Amino acid sequence: MSNMQQYVNAFMEAFGVEESAVATLKYQDVEAWDSVGHMQMISILEDVFDIMMDIDDIIDFGSFEKGKEVLAKYGVSV
Amino acid sequence: MIDYDKIFDEIKPFDLPRKQKEEFLTDTLLKLTNHHYQNCPEYRKILDALAFGQKNKTYSDIPFLPVRIFKEFNMKSVAQENVVKLMTSSGTTGQAVSRINVDRVTSVNQSKVMAKIVSSFISSARVPMIVIDTDSVLKNRNMFSARGGAILGFTMFGKDKLFALDENMQLKEDELFRFLDKHRGSEILLFGFTFMIWSHFCNELKKRGLKLNLGGSVLIHGGGWKKLADSAVTRQEFKDTLKEYCGIEKVHDYYGMVEQASSIYMECDYGHLHASSYSDIIIRRSSDFSVAGVGEAGIIQAVSISPLSYPGHSILTEDKGVMLGEDDCPCGRKGKYFEILGRVAAAEVRGCSDTYENKRAN
Repeated sequence: MSNMQQYVNAFMEAFGVEESAVATLKYQDVEAWDSVGHMQMISILEDVFDIMMDIDDIIDFGSFEKGKEVLAKYGVSV
Repeated sequence: MIDYDKIFDEIKPFDLPRKQKEEFLTDTLLKLTNHHYQNCPEYRKILDALAFGQKNKTYSDIPFLPVRIFKEFNMKSVAQENVVKLMTSSGTTGQAVSRINVDRVTSVNQSKVMAKIVSSFISSARVPMIVIDTDSVLKNRNMFSARGGAILGFTMFGKDKLFALDENMQLKEDELFRFLDKHRGSEILLFGFTFMIWSHFCNELKKRGLKLNLGGSVLIHGGGWKKLADSAVTRQEFKDTLKEYCGIEKVHDYYGMVEQASSIYMECDYGHLHASSYSDIIIRRSSDFSVAGVGEAGIIQAVSISPLSYPGHSILTEDKGVMLGEDDCPCGRKGKYFEILGRVAAAEVRGCSDTYENKRAN
């Protein structure tokens, strides 16, 4: 499975959204992406890509788009 | 307005000496005062009634709202559709609760302030974490109690985390040992509320005759001492027990409140509570609310740069405290350090630890 597909899957799993809704998703756009959902999503991504993010990056991870930049810092291109 | 990104990039949590901190807080908090004046009708009425003008003022001149006002009025400085989270105070049954309206910006501010402060007390960025509580307090995700909010704030630091108690507040012994096995040799962060740690963790370890190997780990706890003081447990006994049964030597209490969530005041190795660069404590004399000197007891006013979506940047708590000093704590952190003396007379009982009612005991 491509990195992109795994990235998309993490959002679908953490927030229970359709694949079509993922690309424009931002923090707090859907009820499930609250602070609890945020940490669940981070945890899934960390497992899938075997990385450990810094706290500042976790806080900055405010959207699907922004998340790509954050992951790039850890050598994961999606 | 306020460039929060720049603030968090440039200002470290415990580096600002008095004069610089005063300039920074005066600038930021006066901007916040103006913002809330423009955007919160109730706040504007209060400031107009006090005839507050901003000229030649420092942050200690900014009016303080008594925390009870957040129970009586649903105050916000943003449109309702921008409120993403409603936080409520802990309170005992029958008490009215404070309602704090949080928008995206305020929520991010809270996370950043918390991350900066707590990072100063743990050795690496993220560590395995044990929450000495039940995950059922996080169940209602739209309306966080102060207890759930505090747990959530701290879970940012956990790489892998375990809630050590089940929904009946029973110690999950097997899971705890599996978790410790898995992370043998790592620094672990433990977090919980003072009373729950004592009654459901320390006392259980004693009763079951269990000793844990948590040497080198850090335990952070908060929520108030009143319930433990009522059971005649001293701070020293609390720390001694954690050392004897878990090998934990780094135990840090913290002081905080839902009205300025995440702007917490952490206890250093010398037992002093520290104000970070992003918030401050001003001790007020109860006779006339003038500013008390070092060593003089009074009522605690708290200011914080975080609250953008509600006018909670300057509040008067119902706690008593005493300033111990500024910029010269032997731990090396700049800023004021102080001690909590308890609640002001006739104040309501609050605090995540102190309002916890032990249903199982009945």
